[in-house]
Amino acid sequence: MSSPVLFAEGLRKRFGGYYALDGFDLSVPAGTVCGLLGPNGAGKTTVLRILSTLMRPDGGRATVAGYDVTRQAAEVRNNIGMIGQQSTVDDILTGRENLALWGRLYHLSAANAKRRADELLEQFGLNAAASKQVKYYSGGMRRRLDLASSFITAPRVMFLDEPTAGLDPRNRIEMWSAVRALAQAGTTVLLTTQLLDEADQLADQIVLMDGGREIASGTPDELKARTGGDWIDVTVRNIAQLPAAAGVMARAAGGKLQTAAGEHRISAAVADRAHALTDVTRALHDAGIDAEDVTLRRATLDEVFLLLTGKDAEEVEAV
Amino acid sequence: MNGFVEALADGAVVAKRNLIKVKRVPDLIVFSTLSPIMFVLLFAYVFGSAIEIPGINYREFLMAGIFAQTVLFGATITGTGLAEDMQKGIIDRFRSLPIARSAVLIGRTTSDLVNNVIVIVVMSVTGLIVGWRIHSSFLEALAGFGLLLLFAYAVSWGMAVVGLAVRSPEVVNNASFIVIFPLTFIANTFVGTTNLPGPLKAFAEWNPISAVTQAARELFGNTSPQFPPPDVWPLKHSVVASVVWSVVILALFVPLAIRQYRKAVAR
Ligand SMILES: Nc1ncnc2c1ncn2[C@@H]1O[C@H](COP(=O)(O)OP(=O)(O)OP(=O)(O)O)[C@@H](O)[C@H]1O
Ligand SMILES: [Mg+2]
Repeated sequence: MSSPVLFAEGLRKRFGGYYALDGFDLSVPAGTVCGLLGPNGAGKTTVLRILSTLMRPDGGRATVAGYDVTRQAAEVRNNIGMIGQQSTVDDILTGRENLALWGRLYHLSAANAKRRADELLEQFGLNAAASKQVKYYSGGMRRRLDLASSFITAPRVMFLDEPTAGLDPRNRIEMWSAVRALAQAGTTVLLTTQLLDEADQLADQIVLMDGGREIASGTPDELKARTGGDWIDVTVRNIAQLPAAAGVMARAAGGKLQTAAGEHRISAAVADRAHALTDVTRALHDAGIDAEDVTLRRATLDEVFLLLTGKDAEEVEAV
Repeated sequence: MNGFVEALADGAVVAKRNLIKVKRVPDLIVFSTLSPIMFVLLFAYVFGSAIEIPGINYREFLMAGIFAQTVLFGATITGTGLAEDMQKGIIDRFRSLPIARSAVLIGRTTSDLVNNVIVIVVMSVTGLIVGWRIHSSFLEALAGFGLLLLFAYAVSWGMAVVGLAVRSPEVVNNASFIVIFPLTFIANTFVGTTNLPGPLKAFAEWNPISAVTQAARELFGNTSPQFPPPDVWPLKHSVVASVVWSVVILALFVPLAIRQYRKAVAR
């Protein structure tokens, strides 16, 4: 086992009398994607800022690529790329000029910086807007340019703070594949997100945080298993039959029920995976309920989130 | 040494970025030249008729003072520019790069120096139109401009500290106006210092802006034997005094600015 590329132990950071980080631990192996997940104010950005040497911790220690973030900050910076939560591209410059500028600051020659800029414009679908000033870009285009600028070199470690905030679904999926490609090429990625789906899609390891510390971690599947595992979803054709269906499912599946207002769907935690599907289907049929769809599935990260933070994931996601 | 060369190269990249912005959004430079042009016209035509400097046309006397005031205001752009980049999180991004701590500051102060050169050219033309003339050699005149720019460059580093500490371009703008405006008036810029009341007189005589103005006046040949400078060291040896002031300001504020940059944490 090689030592982790990202490592943190007992990190603390205080703002005034408030601990934004309160004993945070992290260990991320090389070439993997780790997702930091948590509600607003959980301390995700603070973790990234400390690991990228922008901020000093008040306690604990952390290493990036083997270098200590406080004592060897210069070496750390030689090994990282970083995209903040805020856009940092220049409005007045064109897309190409922005990328060439960052290329130069990563010490590419002028010619190489230009060439790399063109490659990235192509890769991030910004070719048509390459010579336009960024102030004419849409929010999504701007975010893509931000990301492109962090892909100039393939650093050993990449920090991405809410990389897909403001992207439409198509661009989000493109972004995901860019992150996967980066990890495949050996870069270790630490990203923050409030989108459970995103963490589920991208991360090899998820660290769920709240109140400045880790409250759970593991692979997406491990975390899902922690809510008790499986759920069964039933969609009824006629919404008037929903209460009746709920009664049937409570008896047949034996677990907790969940439903969202106005939806035709009802979910129940499943105690006995092997028989749940047939039991529920038969019980519904016997009760004369017209089910459009009955499916058995793993718990979603939303449910994990809800269970572990006591907060409503939907509410967090809507921000 | 190698690190220093690299910092300069990175600084040049940052300076180029700032200058592209000046080129595309010329408002800032237009306004920073319009106000001194207005000053030249006001002083030359309104106050000039009432102010008498023995042995020399007031317009010739005036120009060095206006130059000094103008390049000082030019230096404040360093503070506002850095505060703006800080607000936008760009300084954070720069700080995560493997470049020297000084590179961004070198770039910023350099592009503001270039700005000041442009402003000085415009001002000179305006001066020449209202009757200002250089009566010295070409090299002396060049030295005069050089000294003005050196002093402004030093002040730029002071403004960098302010900009990084204050973080808001508007506040930097207002604060520097409140400080620099009176400083440029309690000096020999627009009138002689002889008739000022006691403490103000002492202040004006030792004000670095007075030394720089006096030095520029001498190097442009805009002085008169009937109006010698007051008998204090910095004004008797104004060129040396200006260089000393600039070096002292640099020695103080370059390390301070770099320290402030290192500490700077945007919200
Ligand atoms: N520079 C600062 N000064 C004071 N308080 C701060 C500062 N930066 C962060 N905080 C506080 O620390 C806590 C954690 O902030 P952080 O930005 O790390 O959260 P986050 O998980 O990234 O939240 P979000 O999802 O909203 O981005 C918050 O309560 C925030 O108000
Ligand atoms: Mg954040």
